[in-house]
Amino acid sequence: MADLNDASVPKLPRGVKLREDAERGWLLLAPERVLTLDAIAIAVLGEVDGVRSFGEIVDRLAERYAAPRDQIAGDVKTFLTDLIEKRMMDVSP
Amino acid sequence: MTPANPTAMLAELTHRCPLSCPYCSNPLELIRRDAELSTEQWVEVFRQAGELGVLHVHLSGGEPASRRDLEDLTEAAAEADLYTNLITSGVGLTAKRIAELARRGLEHVQLSIQGPTKAIADEIGGYAGGYERKMQVADWIAAEGLPLTVNAVMHRRNFEKLEDTIDLAVKLGARRLEVATVQFHGWALQNQAALMPTRRQVEAAETIIDDARNRLRGALVIDYVAADYFARFPKACMGGWGSVGLVVTPSGAVMPCHAADTIPHLVFENVRDRPLSEIWEKSDAFNAYRGVDWMQEPCRSCERREIDFGGCRCQAMALAGDAAATDPACEKSPLNEKLQADADAFSRGGDTLVHRAKAPAS
Ligand code: SF4
Ligand code: SF4
Repeated sequence: MADLNDASVPKLPRGVKLREDAERGWLLLAPERVLTLDAIAIAVLGEVDGVRSFGEIVDRLAERYAAPRDQIAGDVKTFLTDLIEKRMMDVSP
Repeated sequence: MTPANPTAMLAELTHRCPLSCPYCSNPLELIRRDAELSTEQWVEVFRQAGELGVLHVHLSGGEPASRRDLEDLTEAAAEADLYTNLITSGVGLTAKRIAELARRGLEHVQLSIQGPTKAIADEIGGYAGGYERKMQVADWIAAEGLPLTVNAVMHRRNFEKLEDTIDLAVKLGARRLEVATVQFHGWALQNQAALMPTRRQVEAAETIIDDARNRLRGALVIDYVAADYFARFPKACMGGWGSVGLVVTPSGAVMPCHAADTIPHLVFENVRDRPLSEIWEKSDAFNAYRGVDWMQEPCRSCERREIDFGGCRCQAMALAGDAAATDPACEKSPLNEKLQADADAFSRGGDTLVHRAKAPAS
């Protein structure tokens, strides 16, 4: 499995869909899976556009939330790694 | 109390299928082609499902590709904002149809394989050339860039090939593999002696699955549905009756699970007569086993009652003669000893496969 480093670029694969539901809020849909997203998850996924690298995403979130970079990097990594293991996130290289 | 909205709908577009798997869960009495919902009626069902809050729609059957309007139905489901998953045997699909389905908004394909070799797959599917067609279909799906789940039903005749099945899923480029141990509903009931796995096979499967999950982490997601007849507790069938999912049959009856019509006293309302949301909220069939109030002992006072919801209602019906009884697959059921003994006996005997019949045209 690819390991996330500052240069890796995460991307939502085809068949994984972000959508808003009137009653349930923001959801991430994949085959047979529905993840309900909290505010942090929504913020992270909002930065994933298939172009920005993991490092850039962390920089932007650290700035937006005025939080220590290390802490943000750890949280984002945990969240994305979980999605990668579920095959709900691709990463290159 | 109004129930929460369903998240998943199984749309059984047709009972027609070129294959004739002996474990098919379609009912003994198959719905005729001329009794199927029309294109317009399905389009309306998808629209109503979207409004009701359904997120995933599984286009299934029978073989959904037997419907010539599958492309139109897929587009209608996508337009209703549903995540569209095609559950197919692959037979009846062509490269052209797959490309067209993707263009119309299909999100994902779940392809069944009856076994990892031609000999076993075609014997079980009862369709010569089926295996080769499936391999082609998987290539076409990959060429289209559509995500793929491989679905494999395991039983005594193919359990020894579980590792090969996992390898095949990887080779076909699947993101996900669903390994389901055979369940005995519908046609499958006649094949218990021919298909019941042995305890040794079921135990070995646990290890094989664990190893594969570790080895393939991040490459292949494996969902494994274990055999409930050799387990201590039953499965949480449908995540609870009338709780997360609903099934629409080829002729428009709305059921809480795909085998619910084996419970004789339930009456299923039809999308031709009543809006889907009303059926979901108000119909007696959905309310019959919703929540926990209908339960008897030992479920009623059991600490697992909101974990497994007393197991499968259809299995309770079939084996205990009472759909409100504790699922005999539970160790607390007075019938559990008999169920286990019967399963052991079935696993030792019988080679005759009874293949599924064909759905009549009229
Ligand atoms: S289980 Fe086999 S026979 Fe039944 S619908 Fe599926 S592919 Fe067809
Ligand atoms: S007694 Fe009923 S609720 Fe308890 S574990 Fe068995 S089936 Fe589940």
